[in-house]
Amino acid sequence: MLTSGSRDPAVLPRLLLTLLAMALLWPGIHYSELDLSVLIASDSQSEMGRFVSAFWPPAHDETFIELLLQATLQTLAIATAGMALALLLAIPASLLASRALSLSAASRAGRPSYWGQLLRWPVRGLLIFLRSVPEIVWALLFVRAVGLGPTAGVLAIAITYSGMLGKVYAEIFESVDQRPAHTLLQSGSGRLAAFCYGILPNVSAELLSYTVYRWECAIRASVVMGFVGAGGLGQQMDLSLRMFAGGEVASLLLTFLVLVLLADQLSRLLRWRLT
Amino acid sequence: MNRLFNLALLLGIGAAVIASFIYLGIDLGELGSTGNLNQMGAYAQRFLSPDLSPTHLQAIAHGALETIAMSALGTLIAAVFGLLLALPAAGRFGWPLQSASRLVLNALRAVPELVWAALMVLAAGLGPNAGTLALALHTTGVLGRLFAEALENTPPEPADAIRLQGGNAVWAFCYGTLPNLLPQLLAYILYRWENNIRMASVLGFVGAGGLGQMLYVSLSLFQEAQASTVILAMLILVFAVDTLSSWSRQRWVKA
Repeated sequence: MLTSGSRDPAVLPRLLLTLLAMALLWPGIHYSELDLSVLIASDSQSEMGRFVSAFWPPAHDETFIELLLQATLQTLAIATAGMALALLLAIPASLLASRALSLSAASRAGRPSYWGQLLRWPVRGLLIFLRSVPEIVWALLFVRAVGLGPTAGVLAIAITYSGMLGKVYAEIFESVDQRPAHTLLQSGSGRLAAFCYGILPNVSAELLSYTVYRWECAIRASVVMGFVGAGGLGQQMDLSLRMFAGGEVASLLLTFLVLVLLADQLSRLLRWRLT
Repeated sequence: MNRLFNLALLLGIGAAVIASFIYLGIDLGELGSTGNLNQMGAYAQRFLSPDLSPTHLQAIAHGALETIAMSALGTLIAAVFGLLLALPAAGRFGWPLQSASRLVLNALRAVPELVWAALMVLAAGLGPNAGTLALALHTTGVLGRLFAEALENTPPEPADAIRLQGGNAVWAFCYGTLPNLLPQLLAYILYRWENNIRMASVLGFVGAGGLGQMLYVSLSLFQEAQASTVILAMLILVFAVDTLSSWSRQRWVKA
């Protein structure tokens, strides 16, 4: 006879998992000083309420719109100029770091000699270093080194993105069929020629779509970097936040959203056209 | 025709690059001049001797723990609220709630963490609490959307079977849907946590605690030696997270 078991087969693992997570997170509450009650405390609520109620209507007087337009253009320009500088560094670095152009690999079934691997390591290490410091930290450092303004943002994007692009490019070169390049190398062509005719035709679509995607990321990053003084929409947003100008913050946020949406559409168009 | 269009597009990109440099007024020649480079070199040199005194290391350890705690709690809160919002967003309670919750999720996700942090510093005061809340808000948007998609893609048959046998909706969800969904949810949560550790270490720039705040303060006081130790600590944290996550992914998620 069938009896309906009342035992829950999943209760023990789920309970243990919950208890483990609680035990690990309990000290975290102390460290992060987590206190959700500040959100409903009356004084901060009235403060926040006043700030948020100023969001509507968004600031739209003529001078502010002009300021907004300039900041938006600056953000776009920072992202574009930063990407251009990043490419200047990323392309040679990726060629140096990639195993795809190794002469010894061409005659050793794709495995470069130990010397070849050893000599590529400094370039790889440099790329790792460039991309593991977050771009906003670079921006903070450059603001101290070259002063407030868009130059710091451009340099920060150039450095971080050259690390990322260099690494990804090198991996893309290695990921495609190596035989055309190996054939060219073994029949005596130079490395650059072997790259241009053996590898580039296979990888160009992927390179382009990744670069355009990164440009889109650079726009988002340049907005955020403004908060440490690197120009663009972010800097304006930081100023407006400090002045508790809710309407200005609202229009800046709206502009930011529109900018991200447009960049998304544009990058989709570019990828569709160019690949 | 197609070729012509692509050519025009490439020319447009080139023009945009040149226009950006002109608009920003960046003089690369002046930036690369010897005087400027010497100045930058001198500035960089001050970072080369990190401050490794025990008291500073202790402060950094505390900052790192704060960063990890902020990211972990922020992700956990986001996972709970994300699941709560994902249920209506996956269309479980009719379309008015579906579009409303989608709107909320999109709004939460569209504002970057750093902007949330700046807002939360206003609302909740300086310190890691604001950072935790900011991470929670942004991550709720991201996780809610991912959870909603996962919910839509799980097979409905197990839950339907429980419903047909007379189980109520909560049981059907817990024993019909959740077991299929859980590995995916965990993978998403871990992935976001990894992102959030990286983010938490820079949220301090707007006053939201953690390693970022230490870096900002010591750079503002021109204490480059201390600042370079903080940067080293950030790098170690990021590498540790990368290693841990790739190891745990191979170990558990792939299986």
